[in-house]
Amino acid sequence: MKQFTYTITDPIGLHARLAGLLVKAAKELDSAVTVSAPGGRSAGATRLMALMTMCVKSGETVTVTIEGGDEEASQAAMERFFRETL
Amino acid sequence: METVTGKIIQEGFAVGPLRVWRRREAPPPDAAAVLPPAQERARFEAASAQAGAQLEALCRRVRAELGEDGAAIFEIHRMMLEDEDYLDAVYAAIDGGCAAAAAVLTAGGQFAAVFAAMDDAYMKARAADVEDVSRRVAAILDGRGGEAPFSAGGPFLLAAEELAPSELAQLDRSRLLGLVTRWDSVTSHTAILARTMGVPALTGVAIRGNWDGRRSILDAAAGRLTIDPDPALLSAAEQTLRRRQTEAAQLLRLRGKPNVTLDGHEIEVCANIGGPGDLPLVLQNDAQGVGLFRSEFLFLEAERLPTEEEQFAAYRQVVEAMAGKRTVIRTLDLGADKQAPCLPLEKEENPALGLRAIRLCLTRRDLFKTQLRAILRAAAFGKTAILLPMIVSLWEVREVKALLEECRAELGSRGEPFGEAELGVMIETPAAVLIAEELAREVEFFSLGTNDLTQYALAIDRRNPALEPFCDARHPAVLRMIRYTAEAGRRHGCRVGVCGQLAADPALTEDFLRMGIDELSVPPAAILPLRRSIRGLDLGGERRQGEGPPQF
Repeated sequence: MKQFTYTITDPIGLHARLAGLLVKAAKELDSAVTVSAPGGRSAGATRLMALMTMCVKSGETVTVTIEGGDEEASQAAMERFFRETL
Repeated sequence: METVTGKIIQEGFAVGPLRVWRRREAPPPDAAAVLPPAQERARFEAASAQAGAQLEALCRRVRAELGEDGAAIFEIHRMMLEDEDYLDAVYAAIDGGCAAAAAVLTAGGQFAAVFAAMDDAYMKARAADVEDVSRRVAAILDGRGGEAPFSAGGPFLLAAEELAPSELAQLDRSRLLGLVTRWDSVTSHTAILARTMGVPALTGVAIRGNWDGRRSILDAAAGRLTIDPDPALLSAAEQTLRRRQTEAAQLLRLRGKPNVTLDGHEIEVCANIGGPGDLPLVLQNDAQGVGLFRSEFLFLEAERLPTEEEQFAAYRQVVEAMAGKRTVIRTLDLGADKQAPCLPLEKEENPALGLRAIRLCLTRRDLFKTQLRAILRAAAFGKTAILLPMIVSLWEVREVKALLEECRAELGSRGEPFGEAELGVMIETPAAVLIAEELAREVEFFSLGTNDLTQYALAIDRRNPALEPFCDARHPAVLRMIRYTAEAGRRHGCRVGVCGQLAADPALTEDFLRMGIDELSVPPAAILPLRRSIRGLDLGGERRQGEGPPQF
């Protein structure tokens, strides 16, 4: 299992379009990716509605967990995605 | 003749017949016709695949016609259909004995309720998206196909209780003159799409069925719809429309040109905005910056006070979009005629002279410092300035400077990046005019708020129609105050702008240039008309310089 944290800088937070991009990116990986935020909010990165209803706002720090498959490659891909998109 | 008002989604002016549209409701479920769950699942899957194909086609068309932002809306709709949790909800309803169409509407309703209950205006508005996509699948299952309202006939103004994004996208743009709805929030995808399409639109209007087919005037900039206008009003509106069409074409050719007079005097023309939603207009109209960002918008409709993060996000969005051009953020100007439910204020005998604007901020410092920190953080992303409303004394400015110092220290100790922001004051009281020399030494810029300045100088309530005969918008007292302020600013190297209604008055542009005003800040739609009048002026080389003490 691998983990990293990221603080959202997009002004509207994890909104519909970005959640959609995250789902697409996560579906390409062979690992299971989970996004969690403070207050027990959590969702699989391939689940659009669940990600949106987490209501992650700008400035919040999320924890991204990667499990199974090529964890190292998946972590690198996710870190790049968060940095460039969110 | 009947006139109704609504909230502005997109400014614009249109004349034409109203067509009242009501979405056909799904037929009532027929319990006898429900097939075994395995067959209903198969029906759902086939309909869902067809809906996905429709959305892909819609996405391609919208991308070609309106660009990526519009297309992304329908890309998300398609992904919602494939979402595991959404599918689980549909299958659970089918297994519970629902027909496929009823199941998809049930699932859509469940997710819409979750979104609607969220404590976030953006996410609340997503309820309409999941309902939109669910209705699409249900319509296919019921054999209704996608309905495009009014696909035949001439141009029309559409009136609807509520319009889903996909319904708006399916309308024939070449015949859609304008849009009036009741329930769409200004952050809905329908509203975003209407702005992208540039369709004049209002929401919050109670639609009446008997409007259908009646000739109407939509003056969206004024937030007004007039049904069955009398002949004089109608012919005036038609004239206005023709004039605007010719003008609009001429004005667009001025984009990218400088605001310079025939004899070479230049003045900056910036935009007044109420929030990030106005950005497309600011960019379309080629503003040289945001001269007045009314930060109240974040507070006026909020159920609770906006947090530092929320404010930072909104300010940053504007600062970034301006890409190096200045954004002037006016600090909270509540009180008097602007009341926010999230900040209840005591009733006052005389609210125009009461605890408002900077007075409120210096009384509620917690709230003020939250805003100042959010602005300082946004300043790390581009050229930002802070504008203080309703200043009457020097100590108020010094107090704010001390608070800014505290805010920087707090951000520093939190390790939060922040930027430098210029400081300016609104000159909107006679007191501020008379101490302009002293104020000019304290701040980097002045912004003359001519609406309040007129009200306080003439002792006339602008909103009382009975006082209209007494109110001269170009009263010499006000113009002299502006000149005096401009001279005081000039003598101390303090930039001077005008941001009230007078700034957009073309009859005064020449006077402002002669006074040495550096910047006019006006509603986005007024920028290009102002540019045209500036480019037609010739001051004969004369422009007042700030030498000697300022004179009335």
